[in-house]
Amino acid sequence: MKLDLKLTKQILTTFVKEETEKIGLKTVVLGLSGGIDSALSAAIAVEALGKDRVFAVGLPYKLSSKESMADAELVAKALGINLEIADITPFAEPFIESEPDMSKLRIGNVLARMRMVTIFDRSAKHGGIVLGTSNKTELLLGYGTWYGDLASAINPIGDLYKTQVWELSEYLGIPEKVVKKQPTADLWPDQTDEGELGFTYKDVDRLLYEMVDNRRRKAELVQMGFDEDFVQKISERIMRYQFKRKIPVIAKVSQRTIGRDFRYSRDWGY
Amino acid sequence: MRVCLAQIKPFLGDTAKNLELHEECIEQAVAEKCDVIVFPELSLTGYYLMDYVNDVAMKTDDKAVKRIISLSKDISVVFGFVYEGEDNLFYNVCAYAEKGRLVHLHKKVYLPDYTMFEEARYFAAGNGFSVFDTAFGKCGMLICEDALHLSSIYVLSRMGVQTVFIPSNSPARGVVGDGLEAASIWQTSNKYTASLLTVNLVYVNRAGVEDGVAFWGGSEAYSALGKRKIQLPQFEAAIGITELETADIRLARIHSPFYRDEKSQILLDYLKGDKK
Repeated sequence: MKLDLKLTKQILTTFVKEETEKIGLKTVVLGLSGGIDSALSAAIAVEALGKDRVFAVGLPYKLSSKESMADAELVAKALGINLEIADITPFAEPFIESEPDMSKLRIGNVLARMRMVTIFDRSAKHGGIVLGTSNKTELLLGYGTWYGDLASAINPIGDLYKTQVWELSEYLGIPEKVVKKQPTADLWPDQTDEGELGFTYKDVDRLLYEMVDNRRRKAELVQMGFDEDFVQKISERIMRYQFKRKIPVIAKVSQRTIGRDFRYSRDWGY
Repeated sequence: MRVCLAQIKPFLGDTAKNLELHEECIEQAVAEKCDVIVFPELSLTGYYLMDYVNDVAMKTDDKAVKRIISLSKDISVVFGFVYEGEDNLFYNVCAYAEKGRLVHLHKKVYLPDYTMFEEARYFAAGNGFSVFDTAFGKCGMLICEDALHLSSIYVLSRMGVQTVFIPSNSPARGVVGDGLEAASIWQTSNKYTASLLTVNLVYVNRAGVEDGVAFWGGSEAYSALGKRKIQLPQFEAAIGITELETADIRLARIHSPFYRDEKSQILLDYLKGDKK
């Protein structure tokens, strides 16, 4: 699963440039969390469009770790891009407090969706396209908030596993501190992705690559040395979250149903 | 022949649960003293499999397939699944099992690949139709779209078919004005085939919804005299039983000897290019 880094960079920068410019837009807007995924998306956008055409938004909540925003600033400075810090506390907090005993999961989803609202608003402000920052590992595991951080218009890194994100990030010169740090969705204090998921990205990426890209079946994977329960757990997880990867299901009535037999590319007309 | 039409609602991609569903229906049909039970197309797997085709594919020695074949000791069974051939190609098939053995496997020939359909993207196509001897005479199987082509019914007829089974996964679409266009096409076609080939015909369509697409059910059977013997409700899972008589085939061929009078030479001359 080792990438040809030079070629990958070329494909992804061409993608961002063409998909942005062909619809008449000049800039991209993305949330910058201080983590590696958004840093990589931003770096690709800079390579594609130049630093002045990339607008990053830092979206802290009162419980977010200070380190995350410091890292976002570090990345923005290293890349030379525009960074706005838009604290979501003033509108997220009243919402959360309006519902007594909101669970951690619900709060996490609310925060992700408040960030989505802000990013899409800023995209209108800057006349930019919203750049996605979800990687292939997250998308397959459904580890993201539907219509929250999963929402975007174009996503340059959605076909890269987390370990490939690290590899490409290093190649593109993203600050080492950000590449090396423990991944976290920062939805509550001391949260780490690997702690919450219960396995490491390295392990799951190896499995996902064999399962998805190489289409290995369960028996083969077990024979290759993967733990049977782990294989079962991951394949169930991929199935369970398929809905997050699809447009809403429309009930078929007519001869031409949107998404089913009314089919055109999104770039139809461009 | 006492036939059970098993208009089930398969679980998408869950062969274990679908096997249970088959077992329940078979048990009920046996209790009702049926000779044959007919399930819809892809009854062991569900329809919108897409990339899952490769994962749910089975060979004929697979546990679920073997289980149904073993249940055919008590009742003949027509059922559908994804078959992985020795060539490692994947086929949409239906099987006829009787007396504990697999009698015939038909690979779907006409894979719809237009509008909402993309079967040819996922399946390899079969390349022919044939009849097979059963405890109830010569039978033939056509999977859904197969039955809407002239070559299939022509060949089965010339091979002497007496009973045609049509397992189907027909979705509801084109709801404008009164009724359901798909249902109307199938009812016309089924009655036409039974009447003109003078054969008994069993059409079993599935029920249930997959990814926004509703399968309309409405399974039915016709006698060789073109008389509808049973019709199951639309859209819901249902089981129906009817009697099909070989005497009807005889009577139909006396009253309307289309089968006897068909002149294959005309077709042969045309295909050979002798007649334009």
